[in-house]
Amino acid sequence: MHLAAYIGRTLIRGVGLLVAVVLVTFVLVQASPIDPMEAYVTAENPVSQEQRDAIAAYWGLNDPPLERLEKWVSALAHGDMGTSMYYRQPVTEVIRVHFMNSLMLMAVAWILSGFFGFVLGVVAAAYQHTRVDKFIKVYCLLIASAPTFWIGLLILMVFAVWLGWFPLALGTPIGKEAAAVTLGDRLYHLVLPALTLSVTGISQIALHTRQKLIDVLNSDYAVFAAARGETKWQIVYHHGLRNILLPAVTLQFGSISELFGGSVLAETVFSYTGLGYVAVVAGTKLDLPLLLGIALCSGFFVFVGNLTANLLYPLIDPQIREGMTHE
Amino acid sequence: MANHDTAPVLDIQNLSVKFRMYDKGLRQSELQVISDINLNIKAGEIVAVAGSSGSGKSLLAHAVLGILPKNAMVSGSMKYCGTELTPAVQADLRGRDIALVPQSVSYLDPLKKVGPQVQGLYGTKEQQSQVFNRFELAEETAEKYPFQLSGGMARRILVSTAVISNAKLIIADEPTPGLNPEIAETTMKIFRDLADEGKAVMLITHDIDLAFLFADRIAVFYAGTTVEIAPVADFIRGGDALRHPYSRALWNALPQNGFKPIAGGQPYAGNLQGGCPYAARCSHCSTECTTAKTIKMQTVRGGEVRCCHAT
Repeated sequence: MHLAAYIGRTLIRGVGLLVAVVLVTFVLVQASPIDPMEAYVTAENPVSQEQRDAIAAYWGLNDPPLERLEKWVSALAHGDMGTSMYYRQPVTEVIRVHFMNSLMLMAVAWILSGFFGFVLGVVAAAYQHTRVDKFIKVYCLLIASAPTFWIGLLILMVFAVWLGWFPLALGTPIGKEAAAVTLGDRLYHLVLPALTLSVTGISQIALHTRQKLIDVLNSDYAVFAAARGETKWQIVYHHGLRNILLPAVTLQFGSISELFGGSVLAETVFSYTGLGYVAVVAGTKLDLPLLLGIALCSGFFVFVGNLTANLLYPLIDPQIREGMTHE
Repeated sequence: MANHDTAPVLDIQNLSVKFRMYDKGLRQSELQVISDINLNIKAGEIVAVAGSSGSGKSLLAHAVLGILPKNAMVSGSMKYCGTELTPAVQADLRGRDIALVPQSVSYLDPLKKVGPQVQGLYGTKEQQSQVFNRFELAEETAEKYPFQLSGGMARRILVSTAVISNAKLIIADEPTPGLNPEIAETTMKIFRDLADEGKAVMLITHDIDLAFLFADRIAVFYAGTTVEIAPVADFIRGGDALRHPYSRALWNALPQNGFKPIAGGQPYAGNLQGGCPYAARCSHCSTECTTAKTIKMQTVRGGEVRCCHAT
């Protein structure tokens, strides 16, 4: 079975990728100028030298770096990613809780930006050279040139500060017990960060979709379809959508990595307690086990996204399908 | 219907096509790509439109179908069976009464099975089966994708898209280049059969040899206009049987007639200055050829020619 062989090969490559991600993260942590002790022990709660030594010994800060990595990796083999130095909870638990928050945020943004990006791209291409197209293009270029955190700040200013429609920050209402938080509360807090992420994700997808569809509309087969009586929208529907699906899928699943990067910024702006927020904490506090865990998880997530896209290709394109069975 | 029986299937009068272009910044200019064409095709007839690349042959096909780009301006008259081809009429006739046979398999949607593509907007599954039957295409071919077709199969599929429509006018745009002689000849035979069934065929080609074998009349294109339209017999005889110096030079350039190249090149549409477009390369060129504003088509010995010196 060729598909099985393909998946097997890809999985091996995926494992290699994750090993590389962990190694690079580890090297970067070693090179970091941040002293985890100084980051943890703030000026407000000074501790004695004995206490410092105790903490350092507890964290294993004095152990040789490779030994620390070895410890973490051998623990990982048993499904344990160690204990977060900052949260003082198992890393798996920290990631699980925050990942759920992020997952919701990213899923909403992923679907919204994918859908609206695609629609805007198709409309712009179909109305190429008109005002509609120009408007969409200018909008996309503006958004694409603006940093995510800046757009986040603008949205925060307009909708939370001036209009007061949505909460300023956090993923749940302040001062409410965790058990009492409803789904409605969570969604309410999700709106602005999700909006920020979606808005920034749209432009990429819209611009690519637009260009692809313009290529299709200028193709020989579109000319021939017109010669056979198809109207512009019939050409878009019968030939355009199918032919731009492949690049759109590539882009959509490829955008997962950007979504991760974007969510770090968006979550920080909105103090939304998701994985991105935790990643920033882990980085600034130099929480080694937590940082390794997050790097591993996000690497895996992005890998699965790309793998999914690769598995979808043969379903869309018969030439790839044929290529796989004849390999 | 009387009118429809007597009128040619396609009757083109004084057709010109210009493109509006932007030069530098906002300065607009017009580029005349087809000038003053008169051409008619009757039912049962194959008219070959021959000429080198860039002479405007394909644009003529697109003009008849009404699928020129938006910046094109068309003037003159085109009639289909006596009915003026306005954009609305063209939109209605495209794919039903006027069919295009494209050049290559790249004109098929690469991700769509050929069966549904042959059916198009107006055809049915049964019609498609009949057409496949006629061209000896296996029923399973309908399930194939364009990239899985062999050259000969692709050719028959492309012709099928036109035949399924039952169109009276079939425009074949370069249907033979890149084909081996055998398949090319088979393809031309299909067009001959279609014409013999009463369809009008416009055969755009630069394969003049094949046109000799299968066409009824040949229209020679040069720099966006027709320089000579004559029965195929005149072209087979060649030499003095032809009326325009370019047709003669074209004939002499054929491998079997001496392979003599014509010096110079076809003028770029934007550089045309009135007079005869062939004047610069013509050995009979006189002042009249370059000073005349336009040179009209005239009937000489049963053919039409655009030349001051034709006798």
